[in-house]
Amino acid sequence: MSKLNQVIYSNINDSNSWTIDEYLKQGGYSVWKDILADQENKNSNWIIEEVKKSGLRGRGGAGFPTGLKWSFMPNNDDQKYIVCNSDESEPGTCHDRDILKYNPHVLVEGMAIAAYAIGATVGYNYVRGEFMLECYPRIEAAVKEAYEAGLLGGNILESGVDFDLYNFLGAGAYICGEETGLLESLEGKQGKPRFKPPFPANFGLYGKPTTVNNTQTLASIPKIIENGSKWYSDFGTEKSPGTLIFSISGHINNPGNYELPLGLTFNEVIEIAGGILDERKLKAVIPGGSSTKVLPAKIIENCTMDYESLQSADSALGTGAMIIIAEDTCMVELLKRISRFYFAESCGQCTPCREGTGWLYRILDRITNGQGLSGDLSLLEDVAGRIEGNTICAFGDASAWPVQSFLKHYHHEFKYMIENKGKSVAAG
Amino acid sequence: MNELLTPETKKEMDHWLNKFPKGKQRSAIIGSLHAVQHQNEGFLTSELMDAVANYLDVPKIQVYEVATFYSMFQTKPAGKHEISVCTNISCMLRGSDAILNHIEHKLGINVGESTSDGKIFLKEEEECLAACTGAPMMMVDHVYIENIDIKKVDEVIDKLTSKS
Repeated sequence: MSKLNQVIYSNINDSNSWTIDEYLKQGGYSVWKDILADQENKNSNWIIEEVKKSGLRGRGGAGFPTGLKWSFMPNNDDQKYIVCNSDESEPGTCHDRDILKYNPHVLVEGMAIAAYAIGATVGYNYVRGEFMLECYPRIEAAVKEAYEAGLLGGNILESGVDFDLYNFLGAGAYICGEETGLLESLEGKQGKPRFKPPFPANFGLYGKPTTVNNTQTLASIPKIIENGSKWYSDFGTEKSPGTLIFSISGHINNPGNYELPLGLTFNEVIEIAGGILDERKLKAVIPGGSSTKVLPAKIIENCTMDYESLQSADSALGTGAMIIIAEDTCMVELLKRISRFYFAESCGQCTPCREGTGWLYRILDRITNGQGLSGDLSLLEDVAGRIEGNTICAFGDASAWPVQSFLKHYHHEFKYMIENKGKSVAAG
Repeated sequence: MNELLTPETKKEMDHWLNKFPKGKQRSAIIGSLHAVQHQNEGFLTSELMDAVANYLDVPKIQVYEVATFYSMFQTKPAGKHEISVCTNISCMLRGSDAILNHIEHKLGINVGESTSDGKIFLKEEEECLAACTGAPMMMVDHVYIENIDIKKVDEVIDKLTSKS
């Protein structure tokens, strides 16, 4: 499979890929050492330009251009921070987990390079709490090994460059994946997102200039600098360059994480993952984590897996977490589960989201319990519309979009259930 | 008050304190609560939260706020061993509801409750646990167990209940 695992997962093999010995054997940390040894040519501007040219976009879901984000950092003597968002929790998404587990040093090196580029001397890697025993010990050991090898700390390899890196462990809150919620959590508070502006580049951790990047984004950096921006952008398409790790789950024969060039057709990707489970027929796909809009088979089968194609289909690439849904799945029950999640995870700070997510869940709950009312579908749309765009962070939108898209494409299933006292179309 | 904290817990709290700039000890609250909850076998008490506040030199309310916001902290007594069954969409599509029902039935408790002998706490898990490609999955004392079925679940639980 020549298309598979060419950048971030490229050095994951059968041996102990998470140890520094194995990482060094495969050329790891050579980029970091080269930068430190040749700071005149490989300066901050050069790195930021390379990352811009590579076309790398934030892999946490929003897809913001990484180089551009880095260029927002002020050029002053203030203490600056690089923060990695390893609070992986978008439903359907589990590829950062594999980076932390099998390739932690590429993240350490990526964070060091990013810190150098933005002028940060301290970094924090925020790992979700549930990864306590599985991923956290690996990334913690990697940081320790990197310190012991003299690749982190003060005056690294006599270069005059300082960079201290610390891992942080969260404690279970989806909202901390939102970058300002994450910063609040890192400060030891409830993870309630902040108003933006000011953006973290101006007012971040402890009020200091901060860049927050996703794990996969930062893990892409060493190879981009090593092989050049063109090498990276040649994977993928003109507007969606590079590779993305697709977490493919649900009704699929070989669920897994597949790092693939962007722009493959949906059908190619499904074939790589072994096809739809048990030869069943495809019904729908949630293409980028539960916050992205559901697409029926007939739409997604004509899409390519990249930012533009999914956007023009009125959904989004999101985190690349493809949740595959086969025929005979009840879309009402599925949406109810999604809405339960957003209701439980709303931080409660904005009224439309705190109250609205509860309304959405309770209406869906009564529909599935056979007590749906004839006005419930317009009520759902009304409530979703009142949340969307009216909250501090994008969580509110993320709770509304599934409701709007499920109703748009599967209106008849909801209507049938209300008219038939909770009986599902899918039940036959 | 600090005597409520074991030397291991204090060592762990110092480890967290050392990661943050001077005066930013509030950042160590989450790590400290993990340590204290571990010491107390699965849940926090007011006395322990107060001891954390005292040791870190932060107002008690800051510790309570954190303890009640994050789902991994239990502020009511809970069983010693924690089981979380992921029921978010990827796991739901692969049959997690039947697994959770089976566990509830087997243990004779509802999700969110602990067994009367205090051995097992069946946590209500709303978040996706980020192991979607190994669905259905569950977490037992923070260890991920993937691609589970009824047989595997029975083995794991029988082993837990036979432990002290």
